[in-house]
Order: sequence, then C-alpha cells, then structure tokens
Amino acid sequence: MGKVVAVTGNEAVAEALRQVNPDVCAAYPITPQTDMMQRFASFASNGKVKTEVILVESEHSSMSACVGASAAGGRVITATSSQGLLLMLEIVFIASGLRLPIVMPVVNRAVSAPINIHGDHSDAMAARDAGWIQLWSENAQEAYDNAIQAFRIAEHMDIRLPAMVCLDGFIISHSIERLEYLDDKTVSDFVGEFKAVNPLLDVEHPVSYGPLILTDYYMEYRKAHDDVMSRVSKVVLDVAADFKKISGREYGLFETYRLDDAEIGIVVLNSAAGTSKDVIDDFRNKGIKAGLLKPRLMRPFPYNEVGEALKHLKALCVLDRADAFGASLGPLCSDIMSALYQYKDKPIIVNKIYGLGGRDFMPSQAEYALNDLVSILNTGKIKTLKEYIGVRE
Amino acid sequence: MKLKGWRELNPGCVIKEPGNSVNFKTGSWRAYRPVWIEENCIHCLFCWIYCPDMSVKVKDGKRGEFDLDFCKGCGICALECPGKKGNKAIVMQEEGK
Repeated sequence: MGKVVAVTGNEAVAEALRQVNPDVCAAYPITPQTDMMQRFASFASNGKVKTEVILVESEHSSMSACVGASAAGGRVITATSSQGLLLMLEIVFIASGLRLPIVMPVVNRAVSAPINIHGDHSDAMAARDAGWIQLWSENAQEAYDNAIQAFRIAEHMDIRLPAMVCLDGFIISHSIERLEYLDDKTVSDFVGEFKAVNPLLDVEHPVSYGPLILTDYYMEYRKAHDDVMSRVSKVVLDVAADFKKISGREYGLFETYRLDDAEIGIVVLNSAAGTSKDVIDDFRNKGIKAGLLKPRLMRPFPYNEVGEALKHLKALCVLDRADAFGASLGPLCSDIMSALYQYKDKPIIVNKIYGLGGRDFMPSQAEYALNDLVSILNTGKIKTLKEYIGVRE
Repeated sequence: MKLKGWRELNPGCVIKEPGNSVNFKTGSWRAYRPVWIEENCIHCLFCWIYCPDMSVKVKDGKRGEFDLDFCKGCGICALECPGKKGNKAIVMQEEGK
C-alpha cells in the first residue's frame, strides 16, 4: 500500500503525472492550474521525470504541440483551466478527431466575462462534446486516482481517445486533504509501457496525419467516432476493476450514495457532492428517503446506466455549476433528462444552478433543494423548473 | 471506385500509403490554366522550383509539359518566369476560353 499524505489537489495530480512519467508535456500556465504544471516542471528540471517539457506561448500552441508529440508516438500530457481550455478548443477537437490519447487535467474555473478565477464547471462543459473522455473528481484523492486511470483508458487499444480529468478549481486544487499515494512502481506497472499507434517517427512505415476529408468520407469518420465513444464505458469499468486491486478504492461510471431505496435525489458533479452527502444524511436521520448520484464519466455519458439508477425516484434535483445560456436547462440537467426520457415512469425533475464563479455551495443550499423535492412530493407541483440558488435578488 | 464503410477506415484519418495523393486529382479547382510558350523558354526551371505542387515536368534537365492533373492555377510559375527578351514563357489563360 502507498503512503498517506496531506496535499492539495494540484499537488496530488502533479504527483500522479510524475509517477506516470510521460514523454512530453506542453503546457501554458493559467490559474488555478498553474501550480500543478509548476510542480510538474520542477520534477522535470530536477530529473524526477524524463519528460520533455515544451514551453509554449499559449494554450492553442500547447495543445498543438501535444497533437504533434502524440502523433509522433509519445505519451503526452498537458493541463489547463477556463480561458486556456477555450483558447485551445480548436485543437481539442483535432486531438480527438486524430484519436490521440493525450491526458489533460482540467482544473475547473469560471469563464469570462466577467473575469473570475474561481471554481465553476463552465470551462469543461464548453468542451464536453469535443469527442474527449471526461472523468470528473469530487476530491483530491479522486483526482489523483482518475489521473492515473485516465492513461489506461485513453491509451486502450479499443479506444485511443484523449481524456480530461476534471477537478474543482481552488476548492480542490488548492485545498489540503488527506489522501493515499500509491508507490511509484505500482503506478508505472499499472499504466504500463506506452504503445504508439501509427507514430510519425516510425520512418519504416511512413504515415500522414490530418488529411482533408470532404463529403465522401467525413460522415464515416464521425460515425466511427460515435462508435468508439460507445466502447468507453466498458473500458472505464475494466480499468476501475484493475485499479481497485492496487488501491482498494472502488470506481464506477458514477457514484451513488444512499440511492437504492431513495424517493428523492440529488445529482451533482465534483466537490459539491461531499457537502450534499452530509445533508442527505441529515434528511435520512429525519426519516426522509434521500439519495445522491455523482457522475464520474461525464463523456461519454452513460445514459442507460444513469437512467436505470435514477428511474425509481419520485423527484430529482439536478445541481449545475454552469449554465447553458439559451437552453432551458443547465448542461448536466439536460443529460439527466435525456437519460430518463426513455422510461414511462420517471421522477419529476428540477434544475438548480449553484456556485457559479466559485460561490460557496453551502449545506443550506442542498437542504433547500431537498426541501423543494419534499414539497413536490407533497403537492405534486413544480414551483420552478430551473432556478438560480444562492443568488441575490 | 467503391467507397469504404465507416468500419473499414483507419482510426484518426491516418494515411498509411505513402504518396497516395497521386490518386486524388486536384486540378479541377483551377480557374486559370498555365500555358507554356516553348519558344520563349530558357529552361531556367524556376517554374519547376516554385510550383507548390509537382505540375511542371522535367526531362533530361529540360522543361517539359505541364501536368494539369494537380495544377490549381495559382500562377506562381507565370509570375516567376523570366521569359526571353521580355516575353514570358508561361502565361495564365482563363479556363473555358
């Protein structure tokens, strides 16, 4: 077993990246990701990793360098947040279209304007349909564990897709928590040797990346991408089963908390799930059957499994730490509604937008959400389908 | 040529057959066609050097005919052509004329 430490989320993910020891890292600093990549750059300058660290002038260039390095045949990482993710977004789509298994921690932060550096899911939600795998993490331990598993999932020969590992900016990235590190050899054995597919540097087998593909074949490539996304869930579960053997920690496509016999439930991503679980315990103590579902694999979204896990509820509140302006619902709520649409009997669903720009998610907000569900159960009526909570009128 | 289905494609649009661009003739985009006027040609081969594709053919060190299968009509060859005594050896002519 590994050792127990007290570290920040950024420190934990940087440690995972050191243990994986990738070939290339091209990153550009942005709050709150900065200290993760600063720590990783220190590992490189102090000879703790063999990684070639490429200094670039922007995130557009960092992802471009990652695409080149990955196509060349290397195990490649970067990390970003907020505006950085938006600036590289053009190349983010190219990385997935070229099926390059780049691993990228995303330290979730609000997007401008107004400019704000704090934790919020608007950045990763803007990139959720870019054809990448997205693993979301409640705390530093999950971020560390997801970062290690992301390499195995992304590099799996049935998959070969890039993967983001999301963790909440500041709330997780800069808070110190207890967690367990695996030892270096366990991690390097777990991720294994990187196997390149069609590397540009294999001069015996010359290949070209990035051809122009027009009306005759574009749609076939998109269908192939849709197909590979459908194979990700199984690999995520297989990798999680192997990870449990080395860590004792259990992961699935999502986590459920007191959900099996629940009548009302909350769906929430990342750090706010911890607070919500405490409040669910309070409601259970009052005799109210409340439960929670926290998605881990956000893309590809496991619609069937999530639907099966939630369909028995009578009322459900989806908490979104991002809005989808102009859509009727927040991004997570739209996915949850889609997952449940196929069932004849399904819960009444409401959506609450919380915590934008890093505003604290307080237990009182989880209580408010659950009390709203209790009143929906009692009256059968929805007061508001979607509302902002913790906002001043 | 029978087009492949989505299951038959190389993942990530990777091309594994080197030089297969010869199979895809791209000259149909052209609006202007270069025309070679042999009597004005000094065989400096500037056109061969400057052509962004491989549309100028050279045989035994001498300028040959254009290969219009891949010529997009960019006109760089005509621009760079020094000609002979002020007369260009390459001029651009509108397609269809």
